[in-house]
Amino acid sequence: MSRLTIAGLVTSALLAGVAFAAEEPNADAYREMTYGDRDANPALLVIDRGEELFKEKRGPKNVSLEQCDFGLGAGVLKGAYAQLPRYFKDTDRVQDAESRLLTCMTELQGFTVEELTKQTFANDKRNEDNTDLEALTVYIAAQSDGMKINAPAEHPKEQEAIKVGEGIFWRRQGPLDFACATCHADDKKRIRLQNLGNFSKAGVDVQKTMSAWPTYRVSHAAVRTMQHRMWDCMWQMRLPDAQYGSPMTVALIAYLNAQGKDGTYALPGMSR
Amino acid sequence: MPSIKLRAKALEGGLIEVKALMTHPMETGLRKDSAGELVPAHFISEVIVTANDKEVMKANWGGSISKNPYMAFTYKGAVGDKLKLTWKDTKGGTDSGELVVA
Repeated sequence: MSRLTIAGLVTSALLAGVAFAAEEPNADAYREMTYGDRDANPALLVIDRGEELFKEKRGPKNVSLEQCDFGLGAGVLKGAYAQLPRYFKDTDRVQDAESRLLTCMTELQGFTVEELTKQTFANDKRNEDNTDLEALTVYIAAQSDGMKINAPAEHPKEQEAIKVGEGIFWRRQGPLDFACATCHADDKKRIRLQNLGNFSKAGVDVQKTMSAWPTYRVSHAAVRTMQHRMWDCMWQMRLPDAQYGSPMTVALIAYLNAQGKDGTYALPGMSR
Repeated sequence: MPSIKLRAKALEGGLIEVKALMTHPMETGLRKDSAGELVPAHFISEVIVTANDKEVMKANWGGSISKNPYMAFTYKGAVGDKLKLTWKDTKGGTDSGELVVA
């Protein structure tokens, strides 16, 4: 009889499972309950650290980053992140926030790229705190909270970066023959509760993602920037490590921000 | 660098909502380092919040609380209350933050 009861339980569990799977999970409601309170975001602590690092006189030249030009003029941070990547005349290339940060830290403060990029991201397996680069980036990005994604696409090199980014997005490569598009070119695709987002078309999906990074990844206990996202996606595709701030990563970000134009930044983000 | 971010807001019914973020590694004592050795436990074990020097909240925490913990609660109080949050951890470390309820 007990065997019968168990069999009955298993059947009802299976039926319940089927019924549950048929229902579209409401991930947005879950997210709102879990991460809805913006005061609860530990990234706020990292932003405070980033602000101190930004204003502190550092490096061989002992100067702060307050004269760094992120595209809106030296020292202007408000809204600058919302208009990146963009073409910079002094470096003659398109740069995102993080590659631009490297430029300022080398040109203004006298650091070398080698020492700055020795470790770009905190290692969550070792419970590390965010690196200086991550803290600075989230501080800079947070100054565009509430603004719209509005990266320029006027300069030929900006247009080129967007085109190149689109090409990389679709290009299957590496040992798994994987493209960004393998995961991010269909509607309603997800891994468990994680929405993947269809970034092949302009609109809500890509806006939501691009406007929410840098984000505090709760599972990493650290802030993650767009450069980390690019590096991590490349790793997931089993491609070689993406170089921090490289033209390839900047091109992809330029493409994604073009797709996500007019999304409203809610920074810092917080996610699983 | 301020390691505690403290906020307070007056709600209806004479309640004050307090929110706090604390910078702390919160090592559980169960994690292993790259050499395979256990990383010693190091977490906040006690949080006390006082309003005008009177204790309004005390929490005993363990290693299951996340890194950089967040805590929120309400108490019966008033605008102008002088809040002080103090934490102690398992290595004898301590820090505190203060705020006047506005």
